[in-house]
Amino acid sequence: MTINEIQDELIDDFSFYQDWMEKYEYIIQLGKEVPLIKEEYKKDDYIIKGCQSKVWLYPELRDEKVYFTADSDAIITKGLVSLMVKVLSGHTPQEIAQADLYFIDEIGLKEHLSPTRANGLLSMVKQMKLYAVALQMRS
Amino acid sequence: MKTFDIDTVRADFPILSREVNGKPLVYFDNGATTHKPKQVIDAIIRYYADMNSNVHRGVHYLSQISTDAFEVTRRKVQAFIHAKHEHEIIITKGTTEAINIVASCYGRAFITAGDEIIISAMEHHSNIVPWQMLCDEKGCKLRVIPMNDNGELDIEAYRSLFSERTKLVSFTYVSNALGTVNPVKEMIDVAHAHDVPVLVDGAQAIQHVAVDVQALDVDFFVFSGHKMYGPTGIGVLYGKEDLLNSMPPYQGGGDMIKDVTFEKTTYNELPFKFEAGTPNIEAGICLGDAIDYIQDIGLDAIKAYEEELLAYATSRLSEIEGIRFIGTATRKSSVISFVVDGVHPYDIGVILDKLGIAVRTGHHCAQPVMDAFGIPGTVRVSLAMYNTKEEIDALIDGLKRALNMLL
Repeated sequence: MTINEIQDELIDDFSFYQDWMEKYEYIIQLGKEVPLIKEEYKKDDYIIKGCQSKVWLYPELRDEKVYFTADSDAIITKGLVSLMVKVLSGHTPQEIAQADLYFIDEIGLKEHLSPTRANGLLSMVKQMKLYAVALQMRS
Repeated sequence: MKTFDIDTVRADFPILSREVNGKPLVYFDNGATTHKPKQVIDAIIRYYADMNSNVHRGVHYLSQISTDAFEVTRRKVQAFIHAKHEHEIIITKGTTEAINIVASCYGRAFITAGDEIIISAMEHHSNIVPWQMLCDEKGCKLRVIPMNDNGELDIEAYRSLFSERTKLVSFTYVSNALGTVNPVKEMIDVAHAHDVPVLVDGAQAIQHVAVDVQALDVDFFVFSGHKMYGPTGIGVLYGKEDLLNSMPPYQGGGDMIKDVTFEKTTYNELPFKFEAGTPNIEAGICLGDAIDYIQDIGLDAIKAYEEELLAYATSRLSEIEGIRFIGTATRKSSVISFVVDGVHPYDIGVILDKLGIAVRTGHHCAQPVMDAFGIPGTVRVSLAMYNTKEEIDALIDGLKRALNMLL
């Protein structure tokens, strides 16, 4: 699936949940599905700054595609990073760098995108794109 | 003591009737900033509608009434904290600037390489970093008063920290992260026995307890307007006259000078020596209205009510399974910090926000305190005079709901 197809699927999934509580329960559930970062990478080098909780994110290039693993010590944040990994993992660096992440607004998480929010969703997006660009230059 | 009527108090705060996320606002982030009563809000509007003009300069009418109103606040602050002289009240941007003024000016006058400054383990970053910056510049050293597991300072250890090189002691009256009320008078007396002056950070105390700087014999006392129902961007540095006179000015500019020539400038007298530039006039004037508001209700009545709330909140929070209070000092004021086993404070904060309940999560600008307890942060509930037991009940329900989702 392309990045946009995944986004559309998520928008569809989230449309079932009208209530914010169900939405957060779903996000928490998604957190449990995140491909976990190896313990050896859970160090400061892979921490995303700008989050009140800790978020670790590790990128890997395989067959010209970027695969992310991640973790967080807060479960809502873990759900948010899981969402981002779901959308961006398994695509080429170029696709990731150029991705327009319209789903965040559509599923009602736009409030989390503000640079002043403590959860760092914006920092996650930035860091994932930066990793993609860096891997693109290396390949 | 005056009678305290919570309904009358709440009716004074317009923001308390708004909703957040479709729920009635429950505001427990008063340690960060308090809301403003209509008496203060109206005064802000009145200032711009009726008097707006620069202070201390003009001969024209508006400038005179603005200046008079600004100086009335200085006298109200003087009376509020029982300072001996009006000119011992320096109007600042807030607590942070007040501490920086002392670090910078007292530091320039009295601190040399090898000197020592004592602070405590429970300080807000604003009472750590200015001293660290001074130490970097001057080559002096910070000594830190340790605390026990309850979040109380070790007074015996404090006594042993003094040396011939100790030049200043600076600590908080009430901890913003733990709620501990420190034995301020005793600690000041210890320092004075060594002839060392003391700065007390009153940011979390001024809105909860009556302060008498002369009875305390404190040398510097600092606080912010916005945490005491007043406007943002205004605060106070109280300093004993002789100490303030012995210090050089902070910033150069207008108002702080007597005469300026290119060869030499002579400085203005207290308090203006430390008040360069146009101040936050509106906030300065309306800080006086906030003080009036507190005085009308009476700090004794406020304190009694808040202590009842604190006891109720602590007792109800104890019902929560897995809760661990961070800061269990015998003497506490208006702050409850806690963690819940297996749950990140941030997650709790997000869910409570969705329920219209505002708490603070994180390290509360006191990372060394969090390190001492080995935690990344806490959930902090900080109370003000307008909070109610019903709001605490709403917090408990919200917390149970959040934990249900998160565990």
